[in-house]
Amino acid sequence: MKSTTTNSRRDFLKMSAITGGGLVLGFNWFSAEASAPVVFSSVVAGDINFNSYLSIATDGAITIMSPNPELGQNIITSFPMVVAEELEADWKMVKILQANLDNKFDRQLTGGSGAVPHSWKLLRNAGATAKFMLIEAAAQKWAVPASECTAANSFVNHSRSGKKLGFGELAEAASKIPVPATVKLKDRKDFKLIGKSSIRNVENLKIVTGKPLFGLDFYRDGMVFAMIQRPEQFGMKLKSFDGSIAKSMPGIIDVVSFKNNVAVVGKSTWQVLKARKMLKIEYEKEFALESTEDHDKLFLNLMDNGQATVRRKDGDVDAAFKNAAKVIKGEYQCPFISHSPMEPMNFFAHVRPDGVELVGPTQTPGRARAEISKLLTIPEDKITVQITRLGGGFGRRLYNDFALEAAELSSIIKAPVKLIWTKEDDMTAGTYRPAVRYRFEAALDASGNLTGYKLRGVGINSGNPTRENNFPSGAVENLLIDSVEHKSPITTGAWRAPITNFLAFAEQAFVDEVAQAAGKDPVQFRLDLLAKAKKSPVGDIRYDISRMEGVIKMVAEKSGWGKKKDVSQGFSVYFSHASYVAQVADVVMRAGLPVVKKIYAVSDCGQVVSLNGASHQVMGGIVDGLGHAMYSKLSFRDGAADQNNYNTYRLIRMKEIPEIETHFVDNGIDPTGLGEPALPPTGGAVANAIFKATGKRVRNQPFIEEDVFKTIS
Amino acid sequence: MAIYKLQVNGKTLQADVEADTPLLWVLRDHLGLVGTKYGCGIAQCGACTVHVNGSATRSCVYPVSAIGNSQVITIEGLSEKGDHPLQKAWDEIDVAQCGYCQAGQIMTAAALLKQNPKPSMDEIEVTMNGNICRCGAYHRIREAVKLASTKI
Repeated sequence: MKSTTTNSRRDFLKMSAITGGGLVLGFNWFSAEASAPVVFSSVVAGDINFNSYLSIATDGAITIMSPNPELGQNIITSFPMVVAEELEADWKMVKILQANLDNKFDRQLTGGSGAVPHSWKLLRNAGATAKFMLIEAAAQKWAVPASECTAANSFVNHSRSGKKLGFGELAEAASKIPVPATVKLKDRKDFKLIGKSSIRNVENLKIVTGKPLFGLDFYRDGMVFAMIQRPEQFGMKLKSFDGSIAKSMPGIIDVVSFKNNVAVVGKSTWQVLKARKMLKIEYEKEFALESTEDHDKLFLNLMDNGQATVRRKDGDVDAAFKNAAKVIKGEYQCPFISHSPMEPMNFFAHVRPDGVELVGPTQTPGRARAEISKLLTIPEDKITVQITRLGGGFGRRLYNDFALEAAELSSIIKAPVKLIWTKEDDMTAGTYRPAVRYRFEAALDASGNLTGYKLRGVGINSGNPTRENNFPSGAVENLLIDSVEHKSPITTGAWRAPITNFLAFAEQAFVDEVAQAAGKDPVQFRLDLLAKAKKSPVGDIRYDISRMEGVIKMVAEKSGWGKKKDVSQGFSVYFSHASYVAQVADVVMRAGLPVVKKIYAVSDCGQVVSLNGASHQVMGGIVDGLGHAMYSKLSFRDGAADQNNYNTYRLIRMKEIPEIETHFVDNGIDPTGLGEPALPPTGGAVANAIFKATGKRVRNQPFIEEDVFKTIS
Repeated sequence: MAIYKLQVNGKTLQADVEADTPLLWVLRDHLGLVGTKYGCGIAQCGACTVHVNGSATRSCVYPVSAIGNSQVITIEGLSEKGDHPLQKAWDEIDVAQCGYCQAGQIMTAAALLKQNPKPSMDEIEVTMNGNICRCGAYHRIREAVKLASTKI
């Protein structure tokens, strides 16, 4: 098993030709309309009608292209696994290519935990169609009915006669078989690769030997290096600059300005970095220079007096609260946080008179091309994008500001340029997880039934900070969810599990508060609400109640919920990206402080493709969720971030991780999302366990600044 | 600018750079050894870890002028065929997610195992705590170091 990077379609065709004709099957990975793949020989493989390729060379080598950007979700392994499964390929003979941006692909992006759910059936069809044709070719050769032949391990077998031919030997003949309109897919009980844990990341060897895989590793003869000084305060714009000292420094080629940027261009990264410090720049105020102190006041003011947009309204909330036996209120707040992937933003651009070459790490290569086409008024078909491996994304690389900067700079200096952001640039230049404050209110009747529920979210550039159709919507007769938005010069964007990365904590902590007030077990309280929603649903319900019940019950069982004496347990469950994850956190007290000892996670993401990879995603999601809930925050003074690198912006480290136990519900449902859904429930499970252990609610992130972590008893 | 002769991965390589240029950027920009990663630039994350005379060193803050005749080993030189017990363990445990920090993790662990071939889990954690993995692959990093320690 090998993976190959840095290829173009041309290379791919060349390679197919070298490997000697064989079967090249073009199929549409993504478009549900294109269910019937079309076969063409390697000679015409460049035909633009086809979107992606599975090829079998005459020597038996199987090549599968992986179109989506790889940022750690291991799509480069799991996509080909699905094709290989249906093909009955010998996994050891499969080669994988990371594709460049190509119009042949649909949804060639990484985001929304959507790749496997989106492509599942098409990938299976692609493999199954090729298998059908290989079997048909063998049957014709042997003059036996195809129904008597089977495929396994890259061979077609005829058991009655004991005949056997390899895929490579059959490829040529198979390519002439008419493409079937429909093919039978495997029964999941016969899966050999899917759902197993034996398949490892196909890029492991390159990663552990330091091969150039990432955007920052891309070098080209004659390219120049650049860094940009951007305003350090949100709300400021460039007034004037003097780059004369910088320009006189060794290795510096030019200092140029565009928009609010002053760019230093030179012959090496270090020379550019040093010269940038010598720029003399004057900025002037364009918008308000906001501080965290202002935001804290704003949150309180807007919570009571803001112009709210109603997101969902069921029944009569006012009456429910008027008639309530008990009303519970809880407010929760989170700060801005940075994505801060390990690989800082960077991009290579070469704007030539005849077109643009782009190389780098982006989650949305198509969007990069479209935006650069618009910026430079160069048609999209003159722009190529080579997708490198991404050193983390977490949503930051959905945005292509860095790619646009590189392209604009290259067009100004008329040279191939690699634009490099420092970690400080990365952390101070925005696109943060928005800061949000929530107020929850619940009305209970005399028997402890939830009769009314209100949620107001106030966000700073958050858009809609609620998920109004999520639980407990549908289970409460009288419900009002609304939100207030403050527009700020501080820029925000999608951060892994957007909105729900904090909303889930707040909601699940509040539901715990309500359960406590109602005198009910937190798990049973949720199950009762779900049973109610199932029996008499209120309004629109977008989540699958049975699947949510399933993960709740399973995590309760796996974690020994309610049976443990030596730990304090907290529970949480959340639905996002069409999947369901329930978690229980075990907290113990050490030296008077709560410590998370273990987290149990049960995920229902439908059919798991790679059990090994799926478990890794869940564990990473939990560590990410725990780390940011516990430690991370960006605060602001006069529009400038107070934290700008890992010395002041705290990320979770090895000694702070709890033990994690992962389980998956095996229900045979087609795959739903997994890259994000394990993250949202973690904060709630931990906060609820901390309450169990200490009697104190943590309401704000980062938890580490809450009183419970300051009090040494 | 001056010419520096460096002992890297058993070879003598030279670069014409300024005296304060960090080893990281000499390796990456001038010697074509890009396995050593730029993460934070202030010795906080460990992505740039290399061995200088066998000790794990943050190359992002180590000026080229301080190297002299020291032996520098980067991830590319850790083993000839990518078969150091740590590299094999990293594959077997399937450690990487995005993979960007892993060269630094492996180099940190390799220096540890050289000094202490049978570290306890606690000793592994203390050493590896200096390396950030933003994907949160810490469980498998820990497990892979432990596994490699049984093969050395």
